[in-house]
Amino acid sequence: MNAPSLHSSLPMTGAQNLRLYALEAWYELLRMARTPAFVIPTLAFPVAFYLMFAVLIPGQWGSFQKATYLFATYGVFGVIGPALFGFGVGMAMERESGLLELKRVSPMPIAAYFAAKIAMSLIAALCVVLLLSAAAMGLGDVRMAFGDWTLLLGALMLGALPFCALGLLIGSLVKGQAAVGIVNLIYLPMSVLSGLWMPLFAFPEIIQKLAVVWPAWHLAQLALGISGQIEGVNVLLHSAVLIGFTVFFLALAALRLKGR
Amino acid sequence: MSTPVIHPIARLTGARKRYGAITALDGIDLELRRGELLALLGSNGAGKSTALGLLTGRLAADAGEVSLFGADPREASARRRIGVMLQEARLPETLRVRELVHLFASYYPAPRAVDETLALAGLTELAPRRYAALSGGQQRRVQFALAICGAPELVFVDEPTTGLDVEARRGFWQVIHALREAGTSIVLTTHYLEEADALAERVVLIERGRMIAEDTPSGLKSRAQGARLRCVTRLSAAELAALPEVQSIEPEGSRVSIRCSDSDALLRRLLHLDPALHGIEIRPLNLEDAFLALTGDAA
Repeated sequence: MNAPSLHSSLPMTGAQNLRLYALEAWYELLRMARTPAFVIPTLAFPVAFYLMFAVLIPGQWGSFQKATYLFATYGVFGVIGPALFGFGVGMAMERESGLLELKRVSPMPIAAYFAAKIAMSLIAALCVVLLLSAAAMGLGDVRMAFGDWTLLLGALMLGALPFCALGLLIGSLVKGQAAVGIVNLIYLPMSVLSGLWMPLFAFPEIIQKLAVVWPAWHLAQLALGISGQIEGVNVLLHSAVLIGFTVFFLALAALRLKGR
Repeated sequence: MSTPVIHPIARLTGARKRYGAITALDGIDLELRRGELLALLGSNGAGKSTALGLLTGRLAADAGEVSLFGADPREASARRRIGVMLQEARLPETLRVRELVHLFASYYPAPRAVDETLALAGLTELAPRRYAALSGGQQRRVQFALAICGAPELVFVDEPTTGLDVEARRGFWQVIHALREAGTSIVLTTHYLEEADALAERVVLIERGRMIAEDTPSGLKSRAQGARLRCVTRLSAAELAALPEVQSIEPEGSRVSIRCSDSDALLRRLLHLDPALHGIEIRPLNLEDAFLALTGDAA
């Protein structure tokens, strides 16, 4: 009779906590990997668009080399997808299904839930960038020094974090399928208006000036700078803006989650 | 009573909870004792799930005190000693049964072996199946498995058999019995009198956010025993009320509806007094009638 009480009142050891975080992330990844509605759009779409617009129709946009420009900007496009669809929509769905409630009454530390979502978003983002790299360097004629490539990869991975924060905010604001609509309303227009699909000089001047309001534009400036498509990029400024967006989204999400 | 003093493992003291204009819990005092199976019985919206929400740290009380193993249930250390099955929680559809148990077991310091949990919940053969491929009853069993996988001392199950067919319900009861025999304390909510009767040692009746009665299932049953008899009669309400078996009378159109202790005896008496008696219908008391009988006793 007393056996269960002796065991379950024990604290968790450090190794057990580590295992908890690792398993939470592993099953989050497994769950998403088995969901075609997530895998196909987030992993296949960026590379499919890249093959269509940069490899099959190569060329120049003014001073930009299409294959390299789109490698950088589809990289940005590609790392935003898992953060918004995986983190944002995933959390909204789990708030609706009651799974988040079930985890909150379990002894799981809530940080493990968010860490798992971030890990899943980053691993999916890594897959997107690797696929794009294979297409750009294997099939396209993009040439990039290994150091620059790793720098770009690092920038895109870190650059996914503000969008994880935005995903968290969306997931805390709406429940269920409504999140899909909101993500689509943000993701595609922001991508186009940040010059991820084609350079902004093709757009009216007002849109070019307004690009500063989009976090995706700031990340694209960094990516284009690293890949040598634009010069004189203010790395500190764009990084600071991205950090600012992250803090802003996190603060709003925290307010929203505390208010419930 | 000569029973020794037993410290409660969880307790609500004067707990209140409101949702806007609706009072879900209106000052409830509740104690859970180690090793018992307590049923919270009440109709939908009576406040049972809210009481569970407070005890499991999912909700915060507006007033009153909530304690779980002497601590605040919102602390993870207290929640390591409990397992919870919510009334409604859809689990990730693409994960397999074994994977879900494996994950949730990792939240606890000394969990049951995954195979043992699967066997206890009757899921051994379903272990490789994806959650989405299970029937409703099987999915409820997986949710139950997640509540017990950590080898908790106390398990909360919220409306475990609502929506299940009779066979699935009986299967679930067997699982609860097995867990009891393993020494686990259990709190379950239900709106089936039959379920509380089949499982619980102690039943607490909740209605409109208040506790209206507390008893053993047999005590409850004897108090709620009786039937409702409907008929068309020329006897007046006063004449009916004077009969010893009659507990209460309500007119229903041309008929009269009588709550009574012994419907056979009452029927014999009525036919004797009113040979033209017709339109007779006799039903056992439903939960609502049982509540009325019990609140009548309590008042």
